[in-house]
Amino acid sequence: MGSVQTTSSDIPMIELQRLNKWYGEFHVLRDIDLTVRKGERIVICGPSGSGKSTMIRCINHLEEHQAGDVIVNGITMTRDVKRVEQIRRHVGMVFQHFNLFPHLSVLDNCCLSPVWVKKTPRKKAVDTAMMYLERVKIADQAHKYPGQLSGGQQQRVAIARSLCMHPDVMLFDEPTSALDPEMIKEVLDVMIELAEEGMTMLCVTHEMGFARTVADRVIFMDEGQIIEENDPETFFNHPRSPRTRAFLGQILGH
Amino acid sequence: MSVLDFSYMAQLAPYLLTKLPITLGMASAGMLCALVLASLLAVIRVTRPPVLNQLTLLFISFFRGTPLLVQLFLFYYGLPQIFTSLVKVDGITATILGLTLHFSAYMAESIRAAIAGVDRSQTEAALSIGMTQGQLMRRIVLPQATRIAVPTLMNYFIDMIKSTSLAFTLGVTELMGATQKDASSSFMYFEAFLTVAIIYWVVVELLSRLQKMLEHRLNRAYAR
Repeated sequence: MGSVQTTSSDIPMIELQRLNKWYGEFHVLRDIDLTVRKGERIVICGPSGSGKSTMIRCINHLEEHQAGDVIVNGITMTRDVKRVEQIRRHVGMVFQHFNLFPHLSVLDNCCLSPVWVKKTPRKKAVDTAMMYLERVKIADQAHKYPGQLSGGQQQRVAIARSLCMHPDVMLFDEPTSALDPEMIKEVLDVMIELAEEGMTMLCVTHEMGFARTVADRVIFMDEGQIIEENDPETFFNHPRSPRTRAFLGQILGH
Repeated sequence: MSVLDFSYMAQLAPYLLTKLPITLGMASAGMLCALVLASLLAVIRVTRPPVLNQLTLLFISFFRGTPLLVQLFLFYYGLPQIFTSLVKVDGITATILGLTLHFSAYMAESIRAAIAGVDRSQTEAALSIGMTQGQLMRRIVLPQATRIAVPTLMNYFIDMIKSTSLAFTLGVTELMGATQKDASSSFMYFEAFLTVAIIYWVVVELLSRLQKMLEHRLNRAYAR
């Protein structure tokens, strides 16, 4: 913990194998194959409705897949409640709309799961929470309620809340999409710092600057399929697929 | 037409107040039991287990569809006729039973709605940090549902306090029963019932204040 590690190892943290999912008739994920090694930083982009969020939500079983395998840290996801809970304890998630618990203070948002799920003594959970709140630069607001904070502050608390469970991997589902422009940077800075510390990360985002800076791989999805994946340099400068080129043309605004 | 006999009212009021604990006791016991039963019914309505869900619907339908007074008579006079061991059921117990069943039918629906009113994103966040269904209910959903449900539940409690007056028909000398007895010997019906009306009114008014304080407390986290 804490040591700066920027090279990824060969241990697979997440494996998605021929993952398929339908919403009724709608085939939302088509034969997704993806392996994420420990310490890897992946950015996933693509048009809305392309299945990006659905894919990462399958990793912690907020969405159920119908065919294929999801393997997290060597454990294969099943419908077994105990197993699902066990996997979720190792997978942190940050949501577009923060999803903080409005009835609990910032500190209690962070301590809740360590205390009740991991049975950490309250004192130790508070120390850990304060450490992470310090790291996302919001420790001075620990006793406020989420409703009293700005969007950017709330998202940083949400990141700290996830980190308090000491996850092996962090999923980010459009973490800056609901933020006012001036608050995006404070959240991205925290995410960059996290990446530099060696956290395995999967980020669904359209922040291409972030992708260039931290991603080991950028993945482009469309219509439930992975269309293209490459290192950021190649991805942005020499996209292979016409669909990727069209998408990049749209979001990079030229 | 004579003016009101205030001295009679001033004499009657302290006596009636000694019966207030019976009224409030029945209402509080009824409310506590109804809360437990209604929460159970609400959870059944949310999770819809096959047979229990139908039974719950039938229960709610019956206790919302018939007058409380009829239900009280059914329990007090009717049940002992069928179950002879129930002969000793006193009016107070029958009233608490009636209030519990009657009001839980109403309260189940408002608790169900309050649980449904907690955003799905809260559940997802709780699950994502590894909480079990039980922990998520207890720590996330119910505390937030309580805040939504309190105003309606307090209304039911107020209604319940006033409904305890029906207990006098089962021979319970609570507020209303005591008033009825005193009035029929003094013949000062208007004064007697006006006095008891004022007592009910003041009690409910105090409770409304309490409700405001409670709501304020529950809203503390949401103040900006």
